Amino acid sequence: MSPDHDTAFVDLRAITKRYAGVTALDSVDFTVQPGEAVCLAGENGSGKSTLIKIISGVEPATAGTIRIAGQDRPYLNPRISAAAGVMVIFQDFSLFPNLSVAENIAFATQLSTHQRFFKAKAVRDIASAALDRIGVRIDLDARVETLPVAQKQLVAICRALASRAQLIIMDEPTTALTEKEVRRLQGIIRMLKDEGVAVIFVSHKLGEVLAVSEKVVVLRNGKKVAEGPASEFDTQSLTYHMTGRDVPEVPPSDVTPGAETLMQVKGLTKAGSFADISFDLMAGEVLGITGLLGCGRTSVAKALFGLVSPDAGSITVAGRPVPLGDPQAASLARIGYVPEDRLTEGLFLSQSILRNVAVGRLDAHSSGGFLDMTRLADEAADWLRRLKVKTPDVNAPVQSLSGGNQQRVALARWLSRAPRVLLLNGPSVGVDVGSKADIHDIIRDLARQGIGIIVISDDLPELLSTCHRILVMREGRIIDALDGKSLTEDDLAHRLAS
Amino acid sequence: MTTRISTRDVTTAPEFRLLVIAVFVFGLMAVLSPERFLSTQNLTSMAFQFPEFAILALAMTIAMMTGGIDLSVVGVANLSAVVAAIILTQYSNADMPASQSAIWLAIAIAAALCIGATAGLVNGALVAFFGLPPILATLGSGLVFTGFAIAMTGGSAVMGFPSTVALIGNATLFGIPVPLILFAVLAVVLHLILTRTAFGLRVTMYGANPLAALYAAIDINRMLLKVYVIAGLFSSIAGLIVMSRANSAKADYGSSYLLLAVLIAVLGGVNPYGGYGRVIGVVLAVLSMQFLSSGLNMLQVSNFARELIWGALLILVMVINTHAVTALRGSFRPKT
Repeated sequence: MSPDHDTAFVDLRAITKRYAGVTALDSVDFTVQPGEAVCLAGENGSGKSTLIKIISGVEPATAGTIRIAGQDRPYLNPRISAAAGVMVIFQDFSLFPNLSVAENIAFATQLSTHQRFFKAKAVRDIASAALDRIGVRIDLDARVETLPVAQKQLVAICRALASRAQLIIMDEPTTALTEKEVRRLQGIIRMLKDEGVAVIFVSHKLGEVLAVSEKVVVLRNGKKVAEGPASEFDTQSLTYHMTGRDVPEVPPSDVTPGAETLMQVKGLTKAGSFADISFDLMAGEVLGITGLLGCGRTSVAKALFGLVSPDAGSITVAGRPVPLGDPQAASLARIGYVPEDRLTEGLFLSQSILRNVAVGRLDAHSSGGFLDMTRLADEAADWLRRLKVKTPDVNAPVQSLSGGNQQRVALARWLSRAPRVLLLNGPSVGVDVGSKADIHDIIRDLARQGIGIIVISDDLPELLSTCHRILVMREGRIIDALDGKSLTEDDLAHRLAS
Repeated sequence: MTTRISTRDVTTAPEFRLLVIAVFVFGLMAVLSPERFLSTQNLTSMAFQFPEFAILALAMTIAMMTGGIDLSVVGVANLSAVVAAIILTQYSNADMPASQSAIWLAIAIAAALCIGATAGLVNGALVAFFGLPPILATLGSGLVFTGFAIAMTGGSAVMGFPSTVALIGNATLFGIPVPLILFAVLAVVLHLILTRTAFGLRVTMYGANPLAALYAAIDINRMLLKVYVIAGLFSSIAGLIVMSRANSAKADYGSSYLLLAVLIAVLGGVNPYGGYGRVIGVVLAVLSMQFLSSGLNMLQVSNFARELIWGALLILVMVINTHAVTALRGSFRPKT
C-alpha cells in the first residue's frame, strides 16, 4: 500500500456501478488527500454525479472498496458519510428559502446534536462563527430566498463548515457566478485548504477552478481517462480528455440574404424575471440566447411559448400577433418548444416512444372523433427514422432510450408539426458527445430549410458552432447582441461573467 | 412497424393476473358452495347486481387516468336519481298507459343525464380552472350534491313509479339483464374513447406527466372538463339503474359504492397516479369483486365484515403494486 493511500481522506478502489445493464462507473480509482482540491471533470453522463453519489452514500457501489477518514466503509449511507465529514453542496444549494441565514447554517448541526428544543442564541452563535471563519458578512436574520445566488452559495458553504466538514463537494460551483464572485470563491477555497479541508469540484466548465486545484481527474463514459496535477491541464486539454476528440468547429452557413423576418419580439417584460426583450428572427437564422444561471433566459424562452405570461410586450410570427401566455396559441402560430428538462417537462417517460411523438399530431389524424391509428403511427415512425432514433421497438417506453435519443424524440414531436420557429432550451444537456454533434447537425440542417431557431444555452461551444447571432442576458435584460462568426469562446465567456 | 403480441406479452400483462384472480375466486366460491353459487338463480342475480357499481367504477377509472379521482360519483348518482324520481312521481302514475309513461320516463332520463353532465362540469371546472386537488374538489362537491338531494326529498325515499321504470333495472333483453347490457355498452364506449380517440390519448398522456402535457401544448382545461363530464354522465346512468332496481330514489343509497368503485378501479390495474388503465382490467376486477361478494354472502359472512374485507383488499392491492414489493418479487426470481 502506497503512503498516498494511507493518508487519503477519501480512497475509492476499483469502484464499479451498474444501473439496470448500464455501466455508469467502470473500475474507477479515486483519492482525495486532506486539504487537497480536486477537479472532477467530465461531460454530462460521464459518471461524475454517480461518483459523488457513492462518496456521499446516496447510492451503493456495485463493486469496489471505499475508505473514508481511514476506515473501510463496506456499508455507507448519507448519514454515515456526513458524520465522517463529507458534505455535498448541490447546484441548487438545497437551502430552506423561507428560513433565515442563521437557521440555515445551524440547521444540520442542531439536528445532529439531538437538541430537543430550538435555541435561538446557539443558532446565531454557530452561524456567526461559521461566517467569521470564511471572513464573510451576511445579515444573519435575512431570509435566504432574498439573497443573491453568490451569497446563497456562501451560506451553503458555511452550513457545511458548521457541520465540521472535512471534505466539501461542490457541484457546478461557478455556473451562476460573475468573475468577481468567482475570485472571492477562490479565496475562500484557498483558506479552507489551509485549514485542512478537502474540496472536490464537479463541473464541465473548469477554467475558473483550475487555479485553486491540485489535481484533475477526468471521467468519460464511466472510465477514468486522465488524472494528473492541475498545472498540466488547461481548458483545451480538458475539453480534449472530456470529449475524447478535438471537436471540429463547423460554423453555420450564412443566412440567405434578404430572408423574411419570421418572428418579431418587442418589449417583452415580466416584473422580476425579464425586461424589455426585443429581437427579430429571420427565416433560416439560428439565434442564441445565453447568460449565467438565473439571468432570465429560461423565463424568456417560456414566455415566447406562452408558458409564462409577460406583463407587457408583443410577439408576432410572420406578421401576425401571437396571443401571450397561451401555449396552444403559440403552437397554433407554429412555434415549437423543446424544454430544458427532458425528464419532467419534455417527455412522457412511461409512455411509448411512438406516442411521445404522435401526441403532437393527434388533431391532424382525427376524423369523426376517432384516430387513424395506422397513419398516426406511420408518420411518427417516419420521423423517428428521419432523426435516426436508434431503438429496437418503438412501442417501448421512452425512458428506455439514451439521453441523445430521447432528445431526438422530443425534437421529432415538434418537427412533425412543421414549425416555423423552434425554441430549443439546452438542446444537448445530458447528451453524450456523439449525439451532441448530431443534434448540432440537425439544428444547422433545419435552419437551412428555413425554420427560425432560437437556441437557449450556457454551453458556449454549442452556441458558437450553431448560432448566427448571440444575445447575452444579465439580470433579465439583453446586454449584448453579438455576431456568432467573429466571436471566440473566451470573448463570450468574458461577456457573460463580467 | 407492426406490433407483435406473443404469449409472453399476454401473460406478463397486469390484466392477465386479474383474469387469474377472477377465475380463482369463481372457482373457490364454486367449490365452497357449489349448489348455491353455481345456481342459475345466483348467476342471474349477480348479473343484475354488479352493473350499478361497475358503471361507477368506470366513472372512477377515467378520472383516475388523469391522476385525479371522482369522490362525488355516488352523490351525482343519487341526485340524478332523485330528480328523475321527482319528475316521474309528479307527472306520471301507475295507472297511466305505458305509451304515456314512457314519454315521462324519457324526460326523466334526460333530466338525470343533464344533472350528471352539469355536476361533472362543476367538478371539472373546480379541478381545471381553480386548480383544486381532485380528491378535495369532488369530496366537497359530492357532499353538496347529496345535500341538494336531501333538500329536495327531505331525506326520505321518493317512490311510486309507473311500471315502465322497471325496464331499466329489472327487465331482460334476449334473456340478458338490461343493466348488464348498459354496463357492457358503456365499457366498450369507454374502451374506445381511451384507446381510439385523440381525447383518450391526451387523457393518458396527461396522466403520465401533466407538466409535459402542458409543454406539448395540450388543451388541459378542456380535456379535464370532458373527463369529469363523462364521469358525471356515467354516474347518473348508475343512479338510474339503482332507482329502477330499488323502485325508489333516496339521497343516501349506495353509500358503500364509493369505496367499492375506487377499489375496483385500483384492483383493475388503473394507476391512481394516472397514465395507465385498461377497461378490460376494470371489468375483470368487477367480476372478481362480485364473485367474492356473492360468495361471502352465501357463506353468511356479515355485511360489516364485507366492508372490512374490501378496505383491506384495497390497501393490499396498492401495497402489492408499489415499487418496493415489485423489487422484492424480482429479487426472489432466479437470476438469468
